[in-house]
Amino acid sequence: MKLTEIVERLSLEVFTLTAEAEMEVTGGYCGDLLSHVLASASPGNLWITIQNHVNVVAVAQVVGLSAVVMTDGRRPDKASLERAQATGISLLGSSESSFEISGQLCRLLADTR
Amino acid sequence: MQYAVRAGDIDRGGSASAQIKAELSRAGVDAVTARRAGIISFEGEMNLMVYAHDGGTITVTVEADAVTIEVKDLGPGIEDIDLAMTPGYSTAPDWATDLGFGAGMGLINIQKNSDLFEIHSHIGEGTTIISRIDRDGGRKGGSQEGS
Repeated sequence: MKLTEIVERLSLEVFTLTAEAEMEVTGGYCGDLLSHVLASASPGNLWITIQNHVNVVAVAQVVGLSAVVMTDGRRPDKASLERAQATGISLLGSSESSFEISGQLCRLLADTR
Repeated sequence: MQYAVRAGDIDRGGSASAQIKAELSRAGVDAVTARRAGIISFEGEMNLMVYAHDGGTITVTVEADAVTIEVKDLGPGIEDIDLAMTPGYSTAPDWATDLGFGAGMGLINIQKNSDLFEIHSHIGEGTTIISRIDRDGGRKGGSQEGS
């Protein structure tokens, strides 16, 4: 499923959305410890987290994630917003918890398989 | 390529490793190798930022058959390398764990993504980590040497 469709179906807030938003989302990874994301997330995954600082953008770049969803109403700080815009990383948000968003994404991806 | 990382420079955090991955891709290095180099560099960069007194340097060398990443600082040095290599063990301060660092996985992530992994550390002198990635697209499994 394309990122743009997921944004719509999960009613995600868009902070930055890049040209790569038309790419296929390969799955998801949920977690707030950066090393675990580096170790376990796969390229094209959607990362669901409460972290909202600039290092999140770097992790997304290094792993090759499709986007980051900041949950619990967290919003990117100024530095991460600027870095995401400059480097083409999509940053999204939701007022719901990581648990809720992960559950919704799982169901959505399972339905389309 | 050489990158300087300053201690505590959170707002620039990850910029060296993101740049390293991008530069390697531009230089024609395959996606798997570039990604592994990015992960090694990120963990190294975070270690310099969180633990090293005066930051340090990341040096990347590209050869026909391998990419080598050297992460070097001048202290404080690691007292017990085996302990530092234990999954989940961390001495990160609270400000770092609040940001999602200090999972106790950094050195392990570096080793896992390396085909050759060396760590040398002495108290008061500093730490040097050398990671080599073979550009064969596959994994031979890492090996470790310490001192």
